[in-house]
Amino acid sequence: MRLALVNLAYIAASVLFILTFKGLSHPRTAVRANLMGSGGMLIAVVATLTLLDWSQGIRRYWVIAAGLVVGVGVGAVLALRIRMTAMPQMVALLNGFGGGASALVAGAALLEALAQGRMPPTQFTVATTASGLIGAVTFWGSLVACGKLQEVLPGRPVLFAGQKAVNALLLAVSVGLGAWLVLHPDAAWTYWLIVAVGSALGVSSVMRIGGADMPVVICLLNSYSGLAACATGFVLDNNMLIIAGSLVGASGLILTQIMCRAMNRSLANVLFGGVGAEVVTGAGADEVYAGRVKSASADEIAMVLASARRVVIVPGYGMAVSQAQHAVRDLANLLESRGAEVEFGVHPVAGRMPGHMNVLLAEADIPYEKVREMDAINPTFAQTDAAIVIGANDVVNPVARTDPKSPIAGMPILDVDKARTVIVIKRSLSPGFAGIANPLFAADNTLMYFADGKKAVLDLVDALKQTA
Amino acid sequence: MEALVIALTVFVLAMFVGFEVITKVPPTLHTPLTSGSNAVSGITIVGAILSAGLQLTTLTTVLGFLAVVFATVNVVGGFLVTDRMLRMFRRK
Repeated sequence: MRLALVNLAYIAASVLFILTFKGLSHPRTAVRANLMGSGGMLIAVVATLTLLDWSQGIRRYWVIAAGLVVGVGVGAVLALRIRMTAMPQMVALLNGFGGGASALVAGAALLEALAQGRMPPTQFTVATTASGLIGAVTFWGSLVACGKLQEVLPGRPVLFAGQKAVNALLLAVSVGLGAWLVLHPDAAWTYWLIVAVGSALGVSSVMRIGGADMPVVICLLNSYSGLAACATGFVLDNNMLIIAGSLVGASGLILTQIMCRAMNRSLANVLFGGVGAEVVTGAGADEVYAGRVKSASADEIAMVLASARRVVIVPGYGMAVSQAQHAVRDLANLLESRGAEVEFGVHPVAGRMPGHMNVLLAEADIPYEKVREMDAINPTFAQTDAAIVIGANDVVNPVARTDPKSPIAGMPILDVDKARTVIVIKRSLSPGFAGIANPLFAADNTLMYFADGKKAVLDLVDALKQTA
Repeated sequence: MEALVIALTVFVLAMFVGFEVITKVPPTLHTPLTSGSNAVSGITIVGAILSAGLQLTTLTTVLGFLAVVFATVNVVGGFLVTDRMLRMFRRK
């Protein structure tokens, strides 16, 4: 009876998790959706606590309570103190913890079954292998991704000879070990070897991925953390874990696909390509830029903006790095107070994780209705008087449309070059992640403003205020 | 074997529900989607609590304790940071 009640509670929690994802379809319902998700989690935890046999002493309670206290403390401090610009690191770290927890639970379940003299069935050992492998890859891969985003580890791809062969070998070995565990369920040591091999695979495979490909990696690790929870559900025969894990797995896969499409690259190319390992210095940079780049002063740009009726602002990772979002909001408000229409155009892979720019703009109180997707904003550039590009490069490079031999050929871009005047705020002419020159910077209708993003925008605000 | 078939059924159906529901999330909410779904993957906390509470051997207790810590960081950190972000979208 008690078990039936707990399972009913688990169904309620599963329904709440589905409603969480459903509610995230609009900013108006999203806050409530997230609360429903946390409510579902609370129901699941409380129901599980009633499953324990409390008659065997209060000691059991303390281990759980200690774990919960430490976890709540660390989680709350991280969540409340993290800066919005550092959100990719935060999400990477949380992915890692989720995957790690699933691997630990599966390992503990295996050891418990053996300690109780039960021979784990095939479903159990297959799922334990999956959970241990995916969980370990997620944990270590996420730590490496977090280190790269925090710039503790080198952001460029770290490649070594035979890396692909080594990774393939690690994967083959872990599958072999899993097969051994299925045939010999009492050999618990194989589980630890699977975790060790998975850890090496996680480190090695994410080390070779460059900074600007991080949006894909974060989505993929997100998916993995869900699949690890799902595998643990198969270990424990728990449908709620399977449902919740599948939802997260699906979410991560969908986002991974969206990110890859936005870069016109296959997942295999992102994972194994090692793109961005070398900066293709001066590949035509001199020919493209020589004598054609017009560097403008804040006053000259203010003159252009003063007469603009429609302005589109295109933020990139540079805006996040220089924490320029609040200054950008001031510029937008000033332009609007002078009668201009201001909108924002965001490329799907701008920043270091999907939707990163949208969060930063929301932090600066810019209404989400003004932040438009690439497909919605692109047709409007032809009627735009001024496009302001802040710290973006490859996602506005017209070469993607014109040169089929370019590394970014076919990648969908923001067509800022179709605006009457393009203002590019950038620290230098250095190439973006793709390592290629950007003819936009040398275009006749482009004005370059060389400065740090935040300082540049503040300068423009001042200059614009001086303009009558 | 029957239990496995039921579990697989649940898995396949849940994946479909996931794809249907999540494709409707707009790009502007993709960061909160990632952090929120991340918190949901902390559901593995129920397994962690069982291991930490069962205390069959010292090793499983330690693993259970660590799993409770990891999963709780994931759950609490994930839901809280998502809430912080979503409230920014709701202002105005």
